[in-house]
Amino acid sequence: MKRNRASMVGLFIFSVILASAVLADFIVPMSAALDQNMSERYLPPSRPHPFGTDLYGRDIFARVVHGARSSLLLGMSAVAVGITIGGILGASAGYFGGAADAVISRVLDTIMCVPFMLLALAIVASLGTGIVNVLIALMLAMVPYYTRVIRSAILNIVGMDFIEAAKACGVPSYRIILRHVLPNAIGPVIVQATMSVGTMIISAAAMSFLGMGIQPPSPEWGSMLSEGKDYMLKYPHMVIFPGMAITLTALSVNLMGDGLRDALDPKLRD
Amino acid sequence: MGRYVLKRVLLVVPTLLAIIFIVFGIMSLTPNNPAAVMLGPRASADAVAKLNSELGYDKPMLARYVDYVMNLARGDMGKSYNSRREVFKEITLRFPTTVKLATVSILVAVVIGVPLGVFAAVRQYSVFDVTGTAAAMFMASMPGFWFGMMAILLFSLKLGLLPSYGSKTPAHLILPSLTLAIPVAATIMRFTRTTMLETIRQDYVRTARAKGQTEGRVIINHALKNALLPVVTVAGMEFGWLLGGAVVIETLFSINGVGKLIIDSIHKKDVPQVTGCALFLAFFFMLVMLAVDILYAYIDPRIKARYQR
Repeated sequence: MKRNRASMVGLFIFSVILASAVLADFIVPMSAALDQNMSERYLPPSRPHPFGTDLYGRDIFARVVHGARSSLLLGMSAVAVGITIGGILGASAGYFGGAADAVISRVLDTIMCVPFMLLALAIVASLGTGIVNVLIALMLAMVPYYTRVIRSAILNIVGMDFIEAAKACGVPSYRIILRHVLPNAIGPVIVQATMSVGTMIISAAAMSFLGMGIQPPSPEWGSMLSEGKDYMLKYPHMVIFPGMAITLTALSVNLMGDGLRDALDPKLRD
Repeated sequence: MGRYVLKRVLLVVPTLLAIIFIVFGIMSLTPNNPAAVMLGPRASADAVAKLNSELGYDKPMLARYVDYVMNLARGDMGKSYNSRREVFKEITLRFPTTVKLATVSILVAVVIGVPLGVFAAVRQYSVFDVTGTAAAMFMASMPGFWFGMMAILLFSLKLGLLPSYGSKTPAHLILPSLTLAIPVAATIMRFTRTTMLETIRQDYVRTARAKGQTEGRVIINHALKNALLPVVTVAGMEFGWLLGGAVVIETLFSINGVGKLIIDSIHKKDVPQVTGCALFLAFFFMLVMLAVDILYAYIDPRIKARYQR
């Protein structure tokens, strides 16, 4: 990874965004992101307001910085929980094979017939709108994809001699899976996880854009775009900066994922 | 070959039943009181209970699922809670728009993505490869709806070339389909590049070169033909993402398709309409994947051989 310049750039951008999410309160106070100021509406970017102000006179820079929190939190926790569920399902399917594999694979194949975004929307439609339900929806909709990656990664390992040896020694299944199979199968899973943080952040923003996710006035990139949409022809700064923030975040995790994949996959090297 | 096609086509029925079960199951998680939605907050508890039992909502979920499937077989998806019109009719009115949008977009994505991917792989590490891959990475990281906004700002506002919303004329479809196509084109380009890089390192490509064939023939006849096989599957899968993306893009460009209908219905808690739209799009996606599988069987000699004996 060290040699791959692109992924180092990704790591750098991601660190900056992560740092601003963690240190948001020290960079610019939350009040600037929330307090309405009707005398300063629609201001273009300037020194006191580097990204301009929105329709309520709130500072867009402050909203972008504080919005990083919910986006990153949503993206990373959806991936973390989704991968845990997918890991358990995929590992059981790949390791035990037979009936367990057949049932899990058939069910998930069918679920994957419903396009990801549509599935997530159906879940939100049924649970109701709101940030937690969006999180649940994205997480569940992603599980089949994780399960598939983890299952095939496990299948590559299970046939190997050292697994047979562990079995012959009488090591219990859960221990073999946790100690011997997973650590060896983790490569492609990490790549998939990294890449999908980007997908999740974009999908979460899309959900908020559609009015399903975070409700105003909390600062969130997708809902900022949704608010700015009606005014963008006159005040384009309202949609340019939140969109840039989403793109840069997704780009940074994709660059890191790409670098990791190249580092782990010798087939693509010269 | 006919046997393979028949097997795949016969699988459609159980898959469809399973998809209906999943979508119907998810939608049944809703704290379900359709009569309360339909009659409004002032209705008496008796009236609500009566209408619920008329609609069959007091039955257990499995019984309702069977009813739904039986009705669906007659093209009846129930009535919308809000407009009281037939769900099926509402969808069929809007479906052609969504299909047009999605089909044009996937074609544009393939036409842009595949040649660029091949070229980038053939000239690996060249300026074109590096900038092209970087641009593709950037495009793939961009939320489609934001790309659409930027396209509206540029082409409608600054240049005044294209209309920014609605779907009346073909010109209205240019911006939305480009918006949908570009991120998919980026994904297809990146994928084509990767499979192409793997293929041109294979022994049979080296053999072809050793036989003294021209580079163009080696790339097109030997490498590309094999590298494109997985690309067909990915393009099919991307079609699913595209249908999901269409939901967002139709909302952004105010296009009256199934996607916009589903969003409007979610906001109105119109469960039959949401269920119907989701099923329709999922069924359409399933048909596309079926077509991809059959196409694959025809172009992949390995599958062909297995079923020819």
